Amino acid sequence: MLRPRIIPCLLVHDDGLVKTVAFKDPKYVGDPINAVKIFNEKETDELAVFDIDATARGAEPNFKMIANLAVECRMPLCYGGGVKTVEQAKRIVGLGVEKVAISSAAIETPELISAAAQEIGGQSVVVVIDAKKDDRTGEYMAWTRNATRRAGRSVIEVARQAEALGAGEIVVNSIDNDGRMKGYDLTLARAVREAVRLPITVLGGAGSLADLGKLIATCGVVGAAAGSLFVFKGVYRAVLINYPAPSQKEDLFSAALG
Amino acid sequence: MITIVDYGLGNIAAFANVYNRANINISIAKTAGDLNGASKLILPGVGHFDHAMELLQQSGMRDTLDDLVLKEKVPVIGICVGMQMLARSSEEGKLPGLGWLDADVKAFKSQAATRDMALPHMGWNDVRPVSPNKLFEELETDARFYFLHSYYFDCDRQQDVLAICNYGADFGCAVHSANIYGVQFHPEKSHRFGTRLLKNFAEL
Repeated sequence: MLRPRIIPCLLVHDDGLVKTVAFKDPKYVGDPINAVKIFNEKETDELAVFDIDATARGAEPNFKMIANLAVECRMPLCYGGGVKTVEQAKRIVGLGVEKVAISSAAIETPELISAAAQEIGGQSVVVVIDAKKDDRTGEYMAWTRNATRRAGRSVIEVARQAEALGAGEIVVNSIDNDGRMKGYDLTLARAVREAVRLPITVLGGAGSLADLGKLIATCGVVGAAAGSLFVFKGVYRAVLINYPAPSQKEDLFSAALG
Repeated sequence: MITIVDYGLGNIAAFANVYNRANINISIAKTAGDLNGASKLILPGVGHFDHAMELLQQSGMRDTLDDLVLKEKVPVIGICVGMQMLARSSEEGKLPGLGWLDADVKAFKSQAATRDMALPHMGWNDVRPVSPNKLFEELETDARFYFLHSYYFDCDRQQDVLAICNYGADFGCAVHSANIYGVQFHPEKSHRFGTRLLKNFAEL
């Protein structure tokens, strides 16, 4: 049976790992390589690392850091941050990264999706959509550049376009729920699950294993990604890298999938 | 010496790391000359089938690999797209494959078009060995591996199938004929299960 994927999502800022709330106030939580080593030991399903400086500064991806992460990582790795060209995507895959995430560029220059899929294979092209609910219309809209710019298009529209252009996975990231640890936006998750046939991963808001279970019960076999949940412990948000044990995961999946 | 064929695709460093941790010596071949002394070969691969075949052709290693595998019977394992390259053809591309195994690579949709299953097949899935082989020693029960693919390997002969995975329908996710092996999943990214399989290959 294909299992849901439980995916820690690590944010890199100034060479360190951070965690944000609503995409703001990055709090330092540790060293990226050290975190990868811990997630290796915990037999983590998959890891996502997003460099939140690269696009904001208009910089190239930090290839040296990516190479170091890829060498250390014994689970599949998805890298995102500052990827704007096919050459960058190729180079990242060449460093040993399974998946390359594109976000702002996927919205600003969607042809990058198909060009990258041609070169590195669609299965390795991940489109990340940062989503925010429009207060007036209630519609989920896409935002870019670390949630500072409106894309002017709905999340569903962007997801369907990404699928049509040959992407291999959609990651939908709730800006409103980021770092709140109060659960996923299940309405958003369900809408994206129903809109595309690609694998999807949902990010933003998970605060407990029960939240992952609710997502899987709602959407089936999807990726359940989280930042805060896997780097903080307790109400005071003490930094502690953690991940469910294999038996906890099996229990969670069988309860959620019935 | 286990030699990893580096024609520009696939996670060479990940394989090297697994073997380094297991204290097994490896070498990496980028040219035909580097293939000298190879007693086992690993053919990795990710991405598009034609792109992989083109790069292998351009690497200048193709003829030497044909000799090593077909004449000298050096054991070889293809991984993911590296496995698919062992076939005669792929529905993903137009170029012929290596043709080392009697098989063709097919798109998942032709197999299970009506099923509600996301494609690509992405994530951890159970792998069930169907015939005894050293490659799956200690992986006979409870083995799971990471998959990331939209095409599957379809053997002419059922006896070439070493292990089965189910996604919409059963498909052969590990194959074997004489000295030639292939696995569709990523052992280099499959924690202890993958490490075991790669060690088993080294000990064949």
